[in-house]
Amino acid sequence: MTMTIKNLDRRQFVKGAASAAAVSTLPLSTVELAFADPAKNFSFAYISDSHIQHIKGAEFVRNWDRGLIRAVAETNMLRPKPDFVMFGGDLAQLGTKAELDHGAEMLAKLDFKTHCLLGEHDYYLDLGEYWSELFGPHWYSFDHKGVHFVVLNSILTYDEWTFERWPTPEQRMLEMAGLDNPNGSPFMVGEKQRAWLAKDLEGVAKDTPVVVFSHSPIQKIFKGWNFWTEDAEQVQALLQPFDTATVIYGHVHQIQYNQIGNISFHAVMATAWPWPYPHSYAQAESHLPKLTVPMNRADPFFERDATGWQLVNLDSGRVAMKYKLYDNSDRTVAYNPVTGRPEDTVYQDPESRISPQIHY
Amino acid sequence: MRRFLFAALLGAGLVAAAWAVVGSAALAADPPLGLPPVPIPENNPMTPEKITLGEKLYNEKRFSTTGDVGCVTCHDPKKAFTDSPLRVSEGIEKKTGTRNSPTTINAVYMTSQFWDGRSPDLEDQALHPFVNPVEHGLASHEPILEIVRTDPEYVRAFDEVFGTTGEDITIREVTLAIAAFERTIVSGNSPFDRWYYGGEEDALTEQQKRGFELFINEGRCVSCHVIEQTQALFTDNRFHNIGVGINDIQDQVPELAGEFLDADLTLSEVDVEVLTDPRTSELGRFAISHGFGDLGSFKTPTLRNVALTAPYMHDGSIETLEEVVIHYMNGGVTEVGDPVNDFLSSGIRPLDIETEDIEALVAFMEALTSPEIAAQVEAAESE
Repeated sequence: MTMTIKNLDRRQFVKGAASAAAVSTLPLSTVELAFADPAKNFSFAYISDSHIQHIKGAEFVRNWDRGLIRAVAETNMLRPKPDFVMFGGDLAQLGTKAELDHGAEMLAKLDFKTHCLLGEHDYYLDLGEYWSELFGPHWYSFDHKGVHFVVLNSILTYDEWTFERWPTPEQRMLEMAGLDNPNGSPFMVGEKQRAWLAKDLEGVAKDTPVVVFSHSPIQKIFKGWNFWTEDAEQVQALLQPFDTATVIYGHVHQIQYNQIGNISFHAVMATAWPWPYPHSYAQAESHLPKLTVPMNRADPFFERDATGWQLVNLDSGRVAMKYKLYDNSDRTVAYNPVTGRPEDTVYQDPESRISPQIHY
Repeated sequence: MRRFLFAALLGAGLVAAAWAVVGSAALAADPPLGLPPVPIPENNPMTPEKITLGEKLYNEKRFSTTGDVGCVTCHDPKKAFTDSPLRVSEGIEKKTGTRNSPTTINAVYMTSQFWDGRSPDLEDQALHPFVNPVEHGLASHEPILEIVRTDPEYVRAFDEVFGTTGEDITIREVTLAIAAFERTIVSGNSPFDRWYYGGEEDALTEQQKRGFELFINEGRCVSCHVIEQTQALFTDNRFHNIGVGINDIQDQVPELAGEFLDADLTLSEVDVEVLTDPRTSELGRFAISHGFGDLGSFKTPTLRNVALTAPYMHDGSIETLEEVVIHYMNGGVTEVGDPVNDFLSSGIRPLDIETEDIEALVAFMEALTSPEIAAQVEAAESE
């Protein structure tokens, strides 16, 4: 993480082709500093979607445990140290105390202040009650070195679905955990929280960088998997007046980025498992905008490949998202001031991409 | 019934195989069964004279402070080009390093050298042990040059091979010759090769054939110890944390890794550091790449002739092949219940195999011994 360019040049010759690619992604900030005072430059780590899953007794799914353990261990070694860590939701798989406790225990090993947000897997068993005991309020905001951070609970849905439809909380949880589930329901921030957000943003100067953390994308990508927030447009409308707004979301377990007006969007990886880019699954045309470079192909031998965590650099007030991808080449997605949108700093050019395997 | 496996193309970065026919018996026009052509770099063409000179330099023990350590000390043809059964290598004055001697056999096919790949090729690799304080112990390469510039046999040989004499002989020519010799140390044609590539049905026992099935299936061995359609080097030339060595320093990793990054050493300093400080050694490839993914990771060694080179792993910490298999069976811990390393390769996970499977896998690995290497070792043992 802290290698200087000098080191890269010196060491590049002993590296294989794969690691050479990783090296070239190292510069974290590709835009000029927007802050007058360089002391305000900072970075934070972002870990998400660990899906800690209880089997029975003291047994948890080993694979998901390993993903979170590794993210925590690596984050603790970051140089320079991150100012804080954000955990992006879905700590648990089915929202049980056992899962949340086990996950909280692993997160407690982080050496840094850690903020958390709710994913649907944490929420729909007891509607976030036990999660709240461990991690605090469901939505909140805080300021850090000139940036206004907002944490949303974006995985709420219609009251009728949540409170009236299901005979048991367990069934409610399972229904929301399913993909392509006709019994599911779209995520939303909801009127009450939007009103709170409007009020929260009232006092924030329009030239203050605003960064929103949510679990679901605050944009509409693919409804069948809830890569979707039903009231995305209303939330976006509250953010558009700001010169620099960024939404960082989990849930999709893959690299995505997009620009809508003044708002940059970045997805983060899961530590648990990868989801494929949905258009590779949808047989019919999907409504997915062309907003990402597909992920590098994962090697199935490595169960952590195509998962990872992020180091977010905010030196410029814009997000430069460095994806730390286990057993793969790291990637960086940063705002490109020329095109006015986030772009992959290495793979954006189709010529630079790693070709998919075409024989088996 | 033959199963063909595909794997990534090997040899990236090497010059396209310029197979050279030279006088040495070891360097035949065709590589032994099961091996690809030996890659020869354009800047170090093979000649019989150069190979002979390289062999002499390889065996030369005057290139050390005590006059009794040569390349051959730790990479001895009588021990399948290792120093088996030593756990870690012994240099001058019986000083010990931190790592188990990797065999010179088929090192030519490796895309990087040393357990952590800190050297890009055989020529570069040959530079470092001379000046490592626990190997040959020299302060610089000067004492070597003094010998080769004045010893009549070397003067004649360097003139013949490189057309250089006196001050014009540098350590570069020395390493070119050593590398040329090492490119002749190749071995294939094992019972496995005769069965798999040669079609000799009875070259393997039924148990060994069962071991092969496990090797490519439930054992998950082949993912790193690669077997391809026409050749098998039994390495992917990559680096993996398999839960050896680093398991003993788990709690110290953040501190050690941080100190290491802060120190910002040159590669020569790293060479000394990793062989003299056992804890730093366990950082593995991380000491070279500084990538978290490389913490505790070491290069996949070949498995050819592995039955002759106990003990095993980069630190020689596992004594038998049975125990190696058990380590993998346990998912990267040598004793069941030991803590799993935070940075364990995600390719390593507990295996669902039975006790008789362990024996079959070991039997298969025993089928990877080349007859000429076995004969060399046996002859030495009966001396």
